[in-house]
Amino acid sequence: MRAYLNGNEAVAAAVRLARAEVVAAYPITPQSTIVEKIAEYIADGSMEADYIRVESEHAALAACYGSAVTGTRVFTATSSQGLAYMFEMLPYVSGCRVPMVMAVANRGLAAPWTIWADHQDAIACRDTGWIQLYVETAQEALDTCLQAYKIAAHPEVLTPVMVCLDGYVLSHTEEIVDVPDQEAVDRFLPPYRPEYSVDTQRPYVFGVGAGPDLYPAFKYYQQQAMLRAKEVIKEVDREFQAHFQRSYGGLVDPYYCHDAAVVLVVMGATAGTAREVVDYLRRQGEAVGLLRLRSFRPFPVEDLRAALTRARVVAVLDRDCSFGYEGVLATEIKAALAGLPVQPQVAGFIGGLGGRDISQEDLAGIFRHCLEAVRRQDRGEKQVINGDWQK
Amino acid sequence: MVKIKELPDVELVQGSYACAGCGGILAVRMALKVLGPETVIVTTPSCLLGVTTFYPQLAFKVPCVNVTFPSTAAAVSGVVAGLKCRGKKGVRVVGLAGDGGTVDIGLQALSGAIERGDNFIFICYDNEAYMNTGVQRSGATPLGARTTTTPVGSVGRGEERPKKDMLGIVAAHNIPYAATASIGYPQDYLTKVQKAMQVEGPAYIQVLSPCPPGWGYPSELTVKLARLAVQTGQWPLAEYENGRLTVKEIAHRRPLRDYLAPQARFAHLPG
Repeated sequence: MRAYLNGNEAVAAAVRLARAEVVAAYPITPQSTIVEKIAEYIADGSMEADYIRVESEHAALAACYGSAVTGTRVFTATSSQGLAYMFEMLPYVSGCRVPMVMAVANRGLAAPWTIWADHQDAIACRDTGWIQLYVETAQEALDTCLQAYKIAAHPEVLTPVMVCLDGYVLSHTEEIVDVPDQEAVDRFLPPYRPEYSVDTQRPYVFGVGAGPDLYPAFKYYQQQAMLRAKEVIKEVDREFQAHFQRSYGGLVDPYYCHDAAVVLVVMGATAGTAREVVDYLRRQGEAVGLLRLRSFRPFPVEDLRAALTRARVVAVLDRDCSFGYEGVLATEIKAALAGLPVQPQVAGFIGGLGGRDISQEDLAGIFRHCLEAVRRQDRGEKQVINGDWQK
Repeated sequence: MVKIKELPDVELVQGSYACAGCGGILAVRMALKVLGPETVIVTTPSCLLGVTTFYPQLAFKVPCVNVTFPSTAAAVSGVVAGLKCRGKKGVRVVGLAGDGGTVDIGLQALSGAIERGDNFIFICYDNEAYMNTGVQRSGATPLGARTTTTPVGSVGRGEERPKKDMLGIVAAHNIPYAATASIGYPQDYLTKVQKAMQVEGPAYIQVLSPCPPGWGYPSELTVKLARLAVQTGQWPLAEYENGRLTVKEIAHRRPLRDYLAPQARFAHLPG
């Protein structure tokens, strides 16, 4: 069925199609219309789920955790300060290896107080052991939520997934979305029934304590699961394509990367604008490409290297900043490319903070800046290419 | 009324690392005898978690869900909803937290869960300070008590504020059932646990659980001090039921000195 949906409505539709059984939520902009829509579904009888109206985001994730360990499929959503407030619960859920899906409608962190999009909220949770998938469109938001349930519960992964969609740009912007049939989703996504759950006949402890002799082993297996997730994310994407004829490439989504001298790396909805700019510059004969990073954790080192190996300059646009250093994605891309025999130069740019528009002109400017650097290199001029801030 | 002689000899908590004379583990062990095997425990980083669920030494014979310090009651709500979804009826979900995890950092989640009317029992084992981290004061520390964050010195005279009225706070939520208890009065305590089990909706029990190292007394005095707290009027045994608060009468009140004198935390108080 084709419907005119914004990103948040697309996520809500996916949660209903995934047959989530327990939803715990606390409102925060720009996430709130996701859980409002789910509340409407439950109120009109079109979705059967327990809706826990908690008193905070911290409690929302704790309630999801409590439900998930009983063997139910759960969902929550948040943004910005709410995600920051959940921070303590994030490693609890991932460390206990509880699969669940949380939508993050990305929004900048205060101060200054803001409600608009950037990636600082989710990026700040980088090391909490959650899989982070960033989507480009409302369609991809819907599809990725369905994929995320399958990835999270994969027996070799058992790790929670954040589906990140840019606040307002995706959460509140409508597009035509193909909403799959329930029967088709049921065929793709079987009910969640974990091997271990709260059961008085088999009394397990969830969230155990561990001393220095055992703690590292738990963390080692967690890391192995995350690394394994790279292949599982790709597998699930291929499986999704077989069921629904749509694919997002798994971990990275390259666009004209094969012969590009300059490749721009972005996450999220900016990719839509960047595609237009790549098309425009290609028409002008410029060898430019785009790499959209879909999976930020696990970090797709191999796929990135494969896609960027022929680039001369890699421009990275971060919608975040690790204050005192640079954009987080820029650091990560540099690290990923460090092992290559011939390394492209990496230039980090920071833009779109707190909802500042990233225009086609901004992106064309980044491409031209880097293309010029390539030309200088060809003339034998040696110099470091610096990125810039969109102030 | 629970009859002590009729309690099952089956233990649902055993082999814990608790200190000798721990009032907290006694509170949990006694409650489980009434609650029975169809129980799920939700607990929080505390002495209790430290002494019962450090892998691979797992002391509970019932399922146990450990969660972050502020979130006991929120996770309880999740477990209740999850069990309902899985069609598992007749399983009691019991939140267990110390006084810090209840009256301080856990208060918001507890308030939310009570207000939602979820069907659970919350037992606060009250040892009147943060014992797991080394005896720092909590909102449940009584006036005048010495703790490591309310030390006694040339200026400091121990805890400066009276104990938080937690029963009053939960009662203000129109909770169906709430009570205070003491491990020194097992029949009273266990009858209250039984009443809590029969309640439809949330029930709260705050059970005074003396702590030998934290309070500074020989470990064999735990039960005696738990009785003296009641007999001296320091810890009234109260019940809030159907909107009415009742307090157990103490026929022959003992002088407060009898309760305070054996405890190092009150040693600085004038004779």
